Amino acid sequence: MQLARVIGTVVATVKNDALRHRKLLIVQSLNKDLAPQGKPLVAVDAAGAGVGELVFWCRGKEASFPFKREDTPTDCTIIGIVDSDEHVSRL
Amino acid sequence: MILAKVLGNVVATQKNHRYENARVMLCEQMTPEGETTGHTVLALDAVDAGVGDTVLIVQEGWSASTTATGKAGAAIDSAIVGVVDRIDLLEADTRQ
Repeated sequence: MQLARVIGTVVATVKNDALRHRKLLIVQSLNKDLAPQGKPLVAVDAAGAGVGELVFWCRGKEASFPFKREDTPTDCTIIGIVDSDEHVSRL
Repeated sequence: MILAKVLGNVVATQKNHRYENARVMLCEQMTPEGETTGHTVLALDAVDAGVGDTVLIVQEGWSASTTATGKAGAAIDSAIVGVVDRIDLLEADTRQ
Protein backbone atom coordinates (compact mmCIF):
# COMPACT_ATOMS: atom_id res chain seq x y z
CA MET A 1 0.00 0.00 0.00
CA GLN A 2 1.07 3.61 -0.47
CA LEU A 3 0.29 6.82 1.33
CA ALA A 4 -1.07 9.40 -1.11
CA ARG A 5 -2.79 12.74 -1.47
CA VAL A 6 -5.91 13.02 -3.62
CA ILE A 7 -5.02 15.79 -6.04
CA GLY A 8 -7.88 15.66 -8.51
CA THR A 9 -10.81 13.88 -10.07
CA VAL A 10 -11.36 12.19 -13.42
CA VAL A 11 -14.60 12.18 -15.37
CA ALA A 12 -15.01 9.42 -17.95
CA THR A 13 -18.41 8.94 -19.54
CA VAL A 14 -17.50 5.98 -21.71
CA LYS A 15 -16.00 3.25 -19.55
CA ASN A 16 -16.25 -0.38 -18.53
CA ASP A 17 -19.69 -1.19 -17.11
CA ALA A 18 -18.21 -2.30 -13.79
CA LEU A 19 -16.75 1.18 -13.34
CA ARG A 20 -20.14 2.88 -13.64
CA HIS A 21 -20.99 5.01 -10.58
CA ARG A 22 -17.43 4.61 -9.31
CA LYS A 23 -15.46 7.71 -8.38
CA LEU A 24 -12.14 8.08 -10.18
CA LEU A 25 -9.57 10.18 -8.35
CA ILE A 26 -6.01 11.22 -9.12
CA VAL A 27 -3.62 10.26 -6.33
CA GLN A 28 -0.05 11.43 -5.80
CA SER A 29 1.90 8.94 -3.68
CA LEU A 30 3.90 10.42 -0.81
CA ASN A 31 7.02 9.51 1.12
CA LYS A 32 7.49 9.61 4.89
CA ASP A 33 7.81 13.41 4.85
CA LEU A 34 4.54 13.63 2.90
CA ALA A 35 6.48 14.84 -0.14
CA PRO A 36 5.60 13.48 -3.61
CA GLN A 37 7.08 10.09 -4.55
CA GLY A 38 6.66 8.88 -8.13
CA LYS A 39 4.07 9.90 -10.70
CA PRO A 40 0.35 10.54 -10.07
CA LEU A 41 -2.04 7.65 -10.76
CA VAL A 42 -5.77 7.28 -11.33
CA ALA A 43 -7.45 5.34 -8.51
CA VAL A 44 -10.95 3.95 -8.03
CA ASP A 45 -12.39 5.09 -4.70
CA ALA A 46 -13.60 2.50 -2.17
CA ALA A 47 -13.43 4.70 0.93
CA GLY A 48 -15.43 7.83 0.14
CA ALA A 49 -12.36 10.02 -0.30
CA GLY A 50 -12.29 13.54 -1.70
CA VAL A 51 -9.81 16.00 -3.18
CA GLY A 52 -7.15 17.16 -0.70
CA GLU A 53 -7.47 14.19 1.63
CA LEU A 54 -4.60 12.00 2.76
CA VAL A 55 -5.42 8.39 1.83
CA PHE A 56 -3.81 5.04 1.25
CA TRP A 57 -4.27 2.88 -1.80
CA CYS A 58 -3.79 -0.75 -2.74
CA ARG A 59 -2.15 -1.92 -5.96
CA GLY A 60 -2.54 -4.94 -8.22
CA LYS A 61 -5.25 -7.58 -8.40
CA GLU A 62 -6.19 -6.96 -4.77
CA ALA A 63 -7.37 -3.48 -5.76
CA SER A 64 -10.55 -5.02 -7.22
CA PHE A 65 -11.43 -6.93 -4.03
CA PRO A 66 -13.61 -4.21 -2.44
CA PHE A 67 -15.84 -4.43 -5.52
CA LYS A 68 -17.26 -7.27 -7.58
CA ARG A 69 -13.81 -8.66 -7.94
CA GLU A 70 -13.84 -10.65 -11.18
CA ASP A 71 -15.50 -7.83 -13.09
CA THR A 72 -13.91 -4.62 -11.88
CA PRO A 73 -10.88 -3.58 -13.93
CA THR A 74 -8.68 -1.65 -11.48
CA ASP A 75 -5.12 -1.94 -10.28
CA CYS A 76 -5.21 1.05 -7.92
CA THR A 77 -7.96 1.53 -5.32
CA ILE A 78 -8.28 3.91 -2.37
CA ILE A 79 -8.81 1.73 0.70
CA GLY A 80 -8.66 4.14 3.64
CA ILE A 81 -8.63 7.81 4.62
CA VAL A 82 -5.94 8.92 7.08
CA ASP A 83 -7.57 10.98 9.84
CA SER A 84 -5.16 13.92 9.36
CA ASP A 85 -1.54 14.68 8.45
CA GLU A 86 -0.75 14.51 12.17
CA HIS A 87 -2.02 10.92 12.28
CA VAL A 88 1.06 9.76 10.37
CA SER A 89 3.53 9.00 13.15
CA ARG A 90 7.18 8.41 12.29
CA LEU A 91 10.64 8.33 13.75
CA MET B 1 9.96 -9.96 -0.01
CA ILE B 2 11.60 -6.64 0.68
CA LEU B 3 13.58 -5.42 3.65
CA ALA B 4 12.27 -2.30 5.36
CA LYS B 5 12.56 -0.24 8.50
CA VAL B 6 9.39 0.54 10.46
CA LEU B 7 9.05 4.32 10.88
CA GLY B 8 5.63 4.55 12.50
CA ASN B 9 2.01 4.00 11.69
CA VAL B 10 -0.97 5.77 10.20
CA VAL B 11 -4.38 6.17 11.81
CA ALA B 12 -7.42 5.87 9.57
CA THR B 13 -10.91 5.70 11.03
CA GLN B 14 -12.62 5.36 7.67
CA LYS B 15 -11.18 2.33 5.89
CA ASN B 16 -12.04 -0.95 4.25
CA HIS B 17 -13.71 -3.21 6.86
CA ARG B 18 -11.09 -5.92 6.41
CA TYR B 19 -8.51 -3.52 7.89
CA GLU B 20 -10.27 -3.32 11.25
CA ASN B 21 -8.10 -4.29 14.24
CA ALA B 22 -5.01 -4.18 12.04
CA ARG B 23 -2.12 -1.74 12.31
CA VAL B 24 -1.07 0.06 9.14
CA MET B 25 2.67 0.63 9.44
CA LEU B 26 4.71 3.30 7.65
CA CYS B 27 7.93 1.67 6.43
CA GLU B 28 10.95 2.69 4.39
CA GLN B 29 12.59 0.18 2.07
CA MET B 30 16.19 -0.82 2.95
CA THR B 31 19.13 -2.38 1.17
CA PRO B 32 20.64 -5.57 2.65
CA GLU B 33 23.56 -3.36 3.74
CA GLY B 34 21.17 -1.45 6.01
CA GLU B 35 20.86 1.78 4.07
CA THR B 36 17.39 3.22 3.60
CA THR B 37 16.40 3.85 -0.01
CA GLY B 38 13.98 6.71 0.60
CA HIS B 39 11.07 4.71 -0.86
CA THR B 40 8.18 4.71 1.60
CA VAL B 41 5.54 1.95 1.68
CA LEU B 42 2.62 1.03 3.91
CA ALA B 43 2.17 -2.53 5.18
CA LEU B 44 -0.23 -4.28 7.53
CA ASP B 45 1.46 -5.62 10.63
CA ALA B 46 1.08 -9.38 11.11
CA VAL B 47 3.89 -9.99 13.63
CA ASP B 48 3.67 -7.17 16.21
CA ALA B 49 6.60 -5.25 14.74
CA GLY B 50 7.69 -2.07 16.50
CA VAL B 51 9.01 1.30 15.41
CA GLY B 52 12.70 1.04 14.48
CA ASP B 53 12.55 -2.68 13.65
CA THR B 54 13.98 -4.05 10.42
CA VAL B 55 11.23 -6.18 8.91
CA LEU B 56 10.36 -8.44 6.00
CA ILE B 57 7.46 -7.22 3.89
CA VAL B 58 5.66 -9.54 1.49
CA GLN B 59 4.19 -7.68 -1.49
CA GLU B 60 1.78 -10.27 -2.84
CA GLY B 61 -1.92 -10.16 -2.13
CA TRP B 62 -2.79 -13.72 -1.11
CA SER B 63 0.09 -13.99 1.33
CA ALA B 64 -0.40 -10.50 2.72
CA SER B 65 -4.13 -10.91 3.23
CA THR B 66 -3.81 -14.37 4.79
CA THR B 67 -1.06 -13.45 7.24
CA ALA B 68 -2.52 -10.08 8.26
CA THR B 69 -6.21 -10.97 8.54
CA GLY B 70 -6.29 -14.78 8.67
CA LYS B 71 -8.27 -14.96 5.44
CA ALA B 72 -7.52 -14.47 1.77
CA GLY B 73 -9.40 -12.04 -0.42
CA ALA B 74 -8.88 -8.70 1.30
CA ALA B 75 -7.71 -5.57 -0.49
CA ILE B 76 -4.24 -5.80 1.03
CA ASP B 77 -1.07 -5.89 -1.07
CA SER B 78 1.66 -5.70 1.59
CA ALA B 79 2.12 -7.25 5.03
CA ILE B 80 4.95 -7.42 7.54
CA VAL B 81 5.67 -11.12 7.95
CA GLY B 82 8.90 -11.11 9.96
CA VAL B 83 11.20 -9.07 12.17
CA VAL B 84 14.83 -9.36 11.05
CA ASP B 85 17.38 -10.16 13.74
CA ARG B 86 20.48 -10.05 11.55
CA ILE B 87 21.67 -10.14 7.96
CA ASP B 88 24.94 -11.75 6.93
CA LEU B 89 26.34 -10.68 3.58
CA LEU B 90 29.35 -11.57 1.48
CA GLU B 91 31.84 -8.76 1.13
CA ALA B 92 30.89 -6.61 -1.87
CA ASP B 93 34.04 -7.51 -3.85
CA THR B 94 33.54 -11.29 -3.47
CA ARG B 95 29.99 -11.55 -4.83
CA GLN B 96 30.78 -12.27 -8.49
